[in-house]
Amino acid sequence: MVSRRLVLTFPEKIVTKPITYRLVKDFDLQFNILRAEITADIEGKILIEISGSKEQIEQGINYLESEGISIQDASKDIIIDIDKCINCGVCPSLCMTQALEIDSHTHCLVFDKNKCILCGFCENSCPVNAIKLKI
Amino acid sequence: MAKTIEEINEKIKSGQAVVLNAEEIIGYAAKNGIKNTAKKIDVVTTATFGPMCSSGAFLNFGHSDPPIKMQKVWLNDVPAYAGIAAVDAYIGVTEISETEGMNYGGAYVIQDLVEEKPVKLRATSYGTDCYPRKEIESYITLENLNQAYLFNPRNVYQNYAAATNSSSRIIYTYMGKLMPNIGNITYSSAGQLSPLFNDPYYRTLGIGTRVFLGGAQGYIAWQGTQHNPEKERHPNGTPLSPAGTLALIGDLKKMNTQYLRAATFFGYGITMYVGVGIPIPVLDEEMVEFLKVSDEELFTEIYDYSVQRRNKPSYGRVSYGQLRSGSIAIKGKKVPTGSLSSYSKALEIANLLKEWIQKGSFLLSNPVAPLPFEEKANVLNILGRDEI
Repeated sequence: MVSRRLVLTFPEKIVTKPITYRLVKDFDLQFNILRAEITADIEGKILIEISGSKEQIEQGINYLESEGISIQDASKDIIIDIDKCINCGVCPSLCMTQALEIDSHTHCLVFDKNKCILCGFCENSCPVNAIKLKI
Repeated sequence: MAKTIEEINEKIKSGQAVVLNAEEIIGYAAKNGIKNTAKKIDVVTTATFGPMCSSGAFLNFGHSDPPIKMQKVWLNDVPAYAGIAAVDAYIGVTEISETEGMNYGGAYVIQDLVEEKPVKLRATSYGTDCYPRKEIESYITLENLNQAYLFNPRNVYQNYAAATNSSSRIIYTYMGKLMPNIGNITYSSAGQLSPLFNDPYYRTLGIGTRVFLGGAQGYIAWQGTQHNPEKERHPNGTPLSPAGTLALIGDLKKMNTQYLRAATFFGYGITMYVGVGIPIPVLDEEMVEFLKVSDEELFTEIYDYSVQRRNKPSYGRVSYGQLRSGSIAIKGKKVPTGSLSSYSKALEIANLLKEWIQKGSFLLSNPVAPLPFEEKANVLNILGRDEI
């Protein structure tokens, strides 16, 4: 049994399709939705962790791609360049798990890797380009 | 018993001046009372470090042989304004590169100059009898320029709106990346440390006031563009929405990138984080009343930036204390907040300015002229010539 963290991007047409249901039913995959940002009529994004045999995962991914979903491995790591960071507060406002926070005493950015689910929402948010996501 | 700036300067020169930053004064005044604070404290240092798009630098390149009357100028492929004398130009921070788009621009040119990197100068012209050359390409450094000074038409906004996004898509704005369905709130002010919140009626600062600018000493040149002091105010004197602004000037050759940083707001454009510090003399008890105001007593309004109009719907008034807490509830939903302006950097600047004053290397100045208080910001109506 292996696990993979994937970011699925749904085109607006298929947001309403029961995609995750099919993953369970047809490919016997276990999955855990870590983040979902889906609204009718627009592109949706799901951060998902799927577990199963290597073969099942591959088949599941092929199915998703055939449905027009683009798949990307979730970022493996986030690197904060402390020398570049100016300790504003832009990235904490995008971080749903409070992995990125401004410490109320030091007023400096604190990054708690254990809380980070690697959703990548902080990507492109840093005005001084101090956040790098490794895919 | 009121003090004068001259008296405070005498104390600074003899190393006797008592200086606090605008955060320290809050607790000090609460503990010691207004009267004692006014007596004991001489100067309070305020500061801010935020993105300030209305910034740029005047540069003079010196004359080539044969000389050129530069009509179009590019610095590392970023257009600079050259419609002034032959070898003068103004590089604005938001100008984007003609070859690299939003990855590089005016703010980055200024940052490269300050870091003493060589910058490619290209200019074209039509040629005249006195300026025969029609094009030039060369490399410049900050050191080799005759003059290089920041001249920022609008900095240090006295308060600023907070932003959110009610639409169903991510929007990329000058207030940063705003997540759909009121997913986050951004704001941009140093709050209790911010210069114009600490002297809300511009009593002690005005045209000619010496300030900290980008790591060097600079000056208030004028009221900033869109200076709009006649806004509704809290009983403590501070405006409840963006009000006064300052135009600042200072020698780029003396600045450093710790306090002047190029930045890119993805999908929006390029800007520059400008570090500004302003000392406020504690002339009397009234000044203590202004200086002791904390984030909990400073307010702004949250606007919906997904509405692409000049007037945007509001989600209500909040204090900077609430904004700085990390989240605010909107319609029962806990929404994370984040500041574009760096409080930590602002505090660093306030402390550095405090150190300069304590060491006697920075003296206070009386303004040459006050900032106007009766001035309103106009809107731009689209009019035909006969509708004027």
